[in-house]
Amino acid sequence: MTDLLSFFQVSLNHYLALGLILFTLGLAGVFIRKNLIVILMCLELMLNAVNLIFVAFSHYQGIPLGQVYVFFIMTVAAAEAGVGLAIAISIYKRFGTIKMDLLTALKG
Amino acid sequence: MDLYVIGVVLLPLIGFLINGILWDKNNRIVSGTIASACVAGSFVLSIIIFLSVRAASVGERSFLIHFYDWIHVDALKVPMAFLIDPLSSIMCLLVTGVGLLIHIFSIGYMDEEKRPAKYFAFLNLFIFNMLILVLGSSLLTTFIGWEGVGLCSYLLIGYWFEDSKKADAGLKAFLTNRIGDAGFLVGLFFLYKLFGTLNYQDLNVLALSFNSPESLGLLTAGLLGIFIGVCGKSAQIPLYVWLPDAMAGPTPVSALIHAATMVTAGLFVMIRLSNLIILSPTAMAVIATVGALTALIAAIIGTCQWDIKKILAYSTVSQLGYMVLAAGVGAFGGSLFHVLTHAFFKALMFLGAGSIIHALHHEQDIRKMGGLKKTMPITAITFTIGWIAIIGIPPFAGFFSKDEILWSAWAGEHGHFLLWFMGWAAAGLTAFYMTRLMVLTFWTPSRSEHKAHESSPLMTIPLVCLAVLAIFGGLLGIPEVISHGLGIHIPHFLNEWLDEVAYIHVIHGKVSHEIILMLLSVGIAVFGAIAAFLLYGKHQDTRERIVSKAPKFFELVSEKFYVDELYEKMILKPLRLLSESLWKDVDQKFIDGAVNGSNTSIKKLGQGLAAVQNGFFQNYLLFMIVGLIAILTVFVRYI
Repeated sequence: MTDLLSFFQVSLNHYLALGLILFTLGLAGVFIRKNLIVILMCLELMLNAVNLIFVAFSHYQGIPLGQVYVFFIMTVAAAEAGVGLAIAISIYKRFGTIKMDLLTALKG
Repeated sequence: MDLYVIGVVLLPLIGFLINGILWDKNNRIVSGTIASACVAGSFVLSIIIFLSVRAASVGERSFLIHFYDWIHVDALKVPMAFLIDPLSSIMCLLVTGVGLLIHIFSIGYMDEEKRPAKYFAFLNLFIFNMLILVLGSSLLTTFIGWEGVGLCSYLLIGYWFEDSKKADAGLKAFLTNRIGDAGFLVGLFFLYKLFGTLNYQDLNVLALSFNSPESLGLLTAGLLGIFIGVCGKSAQIPLYVWLPDAMAGPTPVSALIHAATMVTAGLFVMIRLSNLIILSPTAMAVIATVGALTALIAAIIGTCQWDIKKILAYSTVSQLGYMVLAAGVGAFGGSLFHVLTHAFFKALMFLGAGSIIHALHHEQDIRKMGGLKKTMPITAITFTIGWIAIIGIPPFAGFFSKDEILWSAWAGEHGHFLLWFMGWAAAGLTAFYMTRLMVLTFWTPSRSEHKAHESSPLMTIPLVCLAVLAIFGGLLGIPEVISHGLGIHIPHFLNEWLDEVAYIHVIHGKVSHEIILMLLSVGIAVFGAIAAFLLYGKHQDTRERIVSKAPKFFELVSEKFYVDELYEKMILKPLRLLSESLWKDVDQKFIDGAVNGSNTSIKKLGQGLAAVQNGFFQNYLLFMIVGLIAILTVFVRYI
């Protein structure tokens, strides 16, 4: 019975698996999606996946330092989102689109 | 003495520099005078040197003038030094003396030239190099001059380079000589390996004490190598083909370089090495055979030529054959004797031919000459003297030297009946073709379109000087038989003179034999002369009948035995095919392929990699992540 209970209990591995899934989803989105805004959203997703893992470790190991990091990361993420959106606006002004498959100015 | 020697050598070089730098000042008289003055100065100094060598007592007549050490590597020590001794001093006299006459003649001859300064500059450079060749104290120093005269020969044959045929003739001379020079160098290596020195004086000392039968093979190889060089420079079979073509150059050049001096360089080297040559019977036999064959075959070819210069060229080849034959039978004195007398009468004949060609507006075919006896009396008389000298009628120069050679070929230790016979037959043929030349140019009625006139004194004075030399040159070496017969003792000047620097061996045979041989050689000369006189004079029909009996043979002879064609087929064509296949298959396909291949493969690689940099930033990101993962994997697994 305890085995069954422990089976359904949410363990560290579950959090880690969820974090990994979220991170991979975000990464895939960054690679695949064409819209810059969506790409930025995917970046946020990746950051938050990492946050989740920080909090999980912090909780299970009883060290609060990880949770402190999360606050900092959220702050930085907010700033990053601001800068990213500003870049998106600039790109739109410059090129008239934010579809990344149309922006090939870096081509060698 | 040192100063004189430096002066002898440097004066022509100064003349070369003056004329060479003033190339645009194309005044024939000025540049000709500068050049002649330099050679004249050189000639005067040569006389002084000759006299001071003569004043020294016998046995102490060699002077070594050392300037500096040219090469000093390990045991190889080659000084830059000149060796003044009886041989080199007499060669100096010959080179500068005949050279001076020909320089003077050239002033008259080159009166229609556009670039006379260039011509005289080359001529002076030639004299300079020839003097280095003659004066050098070691084989290597001689080799400098040897190459230098080859260069000048090339430059002067191709002097009228606008005519590609003449330029080709120069190239042919140069390349043929290159083959000989390669042999010469190999010979040098052998001799150095054997003796450890290249200095003439040391070589002569070592030669006298040489007695190791086991290294005789090495010595023979070295001497034969040097002899290949001699074959090239002195136009012997099989490398004689360049000399007839060399007649493309101006006629005074033919006289100076291709008759009197440069072509005798080979003989000079052989006389220098005579003490070595005499040690190797094999080398002697080869040398004598080649010489005799050359004398005979060139004389045969000479009988069917129509170009006056070609006849003289084949005659030169034939006479050089005599000299080589003399060296091959051990008569080095006779060899030098013939070098000297031949220089006199052949330079005379070439200059005479030049005078004729000049008068007839560059007509060289003797069928279109004739009647020049009256219109060009001085040329005719001097030419006649040359003719008597070359066919060997006593007491003219050619008789004595040719007779000494034939006598050595018969009675010498290394002589042989066949060698004598070939030389003797060649003497008859010489008389034949020379008389034929005389008959057609001077004695028959004129067939020329041009009205000939006697040349200017600038040209006739050298002719007269050479004619005098051609008459009296024989006095340098009167055979004992004759001087004793006359009841007075005249020493054989040349043999005594050379005795201390070369191998001189006077042959004492039966007096009656010697006199019979003399009569025989004069006899065949007279016979040849009369035959030619009749066949080309009154009895032309007889001649045509003889020719029609064996047309194939006469065609063969007049086409020079197809030697050039043979070389073309056997050597040049395969060489050309090989070169072409090396060019097209090896160079263009393989080497160029490899070079261009590396180029194109790098280019392809670059193009392939450029496709990666496509401007999509997500792609770049992908690579970054993949790289990051790869690095992390490595870190996690192995570190």
